[in-house]
Amino acid sequence: MIYREAGQFKTSYAADQGIFPIRLDRMGMVALLLIAYLAIPAVANHYWLVSILVPFLVFSMAAIGLNILTGYAGQLSLGTGGFMACGAFAAYKLATAFPDLHIIIVLLLSGTITAAVGVLFGLPSLRIKGFYLAVATLAAQFFLIWMFNKFGWFNNYSPSGVISAPPMHLFGDIYITGPQSSPLVKYLFLLTFVAIMALAAKNLTRCKIGRSWMAIRDMDIAAEIIGIRPLWAKLSAFAVSSFYIGIAGATWAFIYTGSVEALAFDINRSFQVLFMIIIGGLGSILGSFLGAGFIVLLPIFLNNAPGLVGWHIPVDMLAHLEFMIFGALIIFFLIVEPHGLARLWTVAKEKLRLWPFPH
Amino acid sequence: MFFSWPFFFEVLIGGLLAGVMYSLVALGFVLIFKASGVFNFAQGAMVLFAALTLVGFINMGMPTAVAILITMAVMVALAYSIERVVLRPLVNQPPIILFMATIGITFFIDGFGQTLWGSDVYVLDIGIPTTPLFFGDILVNSFDLVAAAVAGLLVVVLAIFFQKTRVGRALRAVADDHQAAMSVGIPLRVIWVIVWSVAGLVALVAGIMWGSKLGVQFSLVLIALKALPVLILGGFTSIPGAIIGGLMIGAGEKLAEVFIGPFLAGAIEDWFAYMLALVVLLFRPQGLFGEKIIERV
Repeated sequence: MIYREAGQFKTSYAADQGIFPIRLDRMGMVALLLIAYLAIPAVANHYWLVSILVPFLVFSMAAIGLNILTGYAGQLSLGTGGFMACGAFAAYKLATAFPDLHIIIVLLLSGTITAAVGVLFGLPSLRIKGFYLAVATLAAQFFLIWMFNKFGWFNNYSPSGVISAPPMHLFGDIYITGPQSSPLVKYLFLLTFVAIMALAAKNLTRCKIGRSWMAIRDMDIAAEIIGIRPLWAKLSAFAVSSFYIGIAGATWAFIYTGSVEALAFDINRSFQVLFMIIIGGLGSILGSFLGAGFIVLLPIFLNNAPGLVGWHIPVDMLAHLEFMIFGALIIFFLIVEPHGLARLWTVAKEKLRLWPFPH
Repeated sequence: MFFSWPFFFEVLIGGLLAGVMYSLVALGFVLIFKASGVFNFAQGAMVLFAALTLVGFINMGMPTAVAILITMAVMVALAYSIERVVLRPLVNQPPIILFMATIGITFFIDGFGQTLWGSDVYVLDIGIPTTPLFFGDILVNSFDLVAAAVAGLLVVVLAIFFQKTRVGRALRAVADDHQAAMSVGIPLRVIWVIVWSVAGLVALVAGIMWGSKLGVQFSLVLIALKALPVLILGGFTSIPGAIIGGLMIGAGEKLAEVFIGPFLAGAIEDWFAYMLALVVLLFRPQGLFGEKIIERV
């Protein structure tokens, strides 16, 4: 009864093209941001901030990046982990070579460097399609991890190969990285950063460049015939996607864990992010968040659930069971809703619009 | 590094024989892709599962032959349940969804196998000799020769199966066109169960060979990833391609590791196969022996 556009008149083109055309959606979004900015900091404890909310935001960023490439532009990639490592190591080299650089500039620059690497590994996509491309992106994954592992220059010749984020100020004497930083500052900074980046991504997908990605995804030859240049569309998708994934990798290393080695970004990380966008929904920014939340929370839930009902399962057994349940859930989701959680949300909204009438 | 021809040939032959092992895994991928167009990521997990099951039965005190037979039955049962639970509800979904589903299967089988049989490293010994042999100056491991013979035999059997038998023809028909095959009365579901069973049996063979070489352990799944560049090099749809791709990757990888690796900080085996495949793909996007990709609007 409340959720509908009837009676909400638009008097300008700008209003007509808004991201949230229905007033209730806008109010919902504002409420969500208020909860994220005011309510969560008030109630969340250290564990929630460090182990759930911060990784959730980092993964959301990576999922948005991969969703741009795979969900919007249709180029299946298994190299996410490699690009995240690229962002992390680029940020580390920048932060140690220029200690006065602000953290935001470091993040953006590391994203830019990753974008350049992404374009390089995206070049084969002009010739190779589908699963052949997916396997080709594995080359990026294995090559980049090997490179960061083998060459001491990237980790400033640290004997263990581990990079640690130097302490950096956000503003004044508030630290965002290093031992003096508080989880709350990290959370609020990431929240703002990810919110802005998500808004940018949403708008990118609604404008000309995003539409050219979707045209390429749906049928590349037809897109070429109507005047979209595959070279530009594909490479820009690789660049933008790698930009987001690189920043996600940099925030992973600097803000989430603080210190990281190249092997933290192995092939399993790529699959993890891929699962997020499948379960969340391919070709949906909202889906990236939903999928990231699901994949971050699921292992925590699986670890704690048996204890809550009084079962005691050995740890190694639990790890295997977790694998099994994970696989089964992915298959279950694909069968029930191949378009992911975001699609369920859309369906729910359609139903709400008509409610209480069935048609 | 000192270069000598005998040493070069020793590395080359060692690489070729290692490549045969990759081909064994790649064969399973090709079978399923040919017959159902599904890119089966779970082949590596099936290799591990088959090997784990076999070792499990042998450790329970069964004779090897009986254990192999029972494992074969288990693989057929696995194929049936995959068709029933995963593939049937996903008919007509885009290939990417089916690909994701096989990643789900991978996780499930990995977890299931290890929940059932534990995650220790098992020794699998079914009596393949591992004595080193010398041909002139060149050292060859007899185990690798047995592996090559097994792979050769497997390819011949599969070729006969595909070309000469009724079921094999039906498989090829399904591969060409699902709907046309159904309309002449080929039961699609039965065919899929057969294909996945055959892939499961190939996985068992690969599992036996890899397991006796390296021990049955979780890292077998990672080795299966090496089968992917073999696949794209040979083409997804070609059985000879899988063999030749495997030989090329195996030989190229070992030669590069030994003769180029020292100049590049070593361990380039990790990615060389993928780079080699990538370069080949730039010139032949469908792999060396794959079917030409024809696109229509």
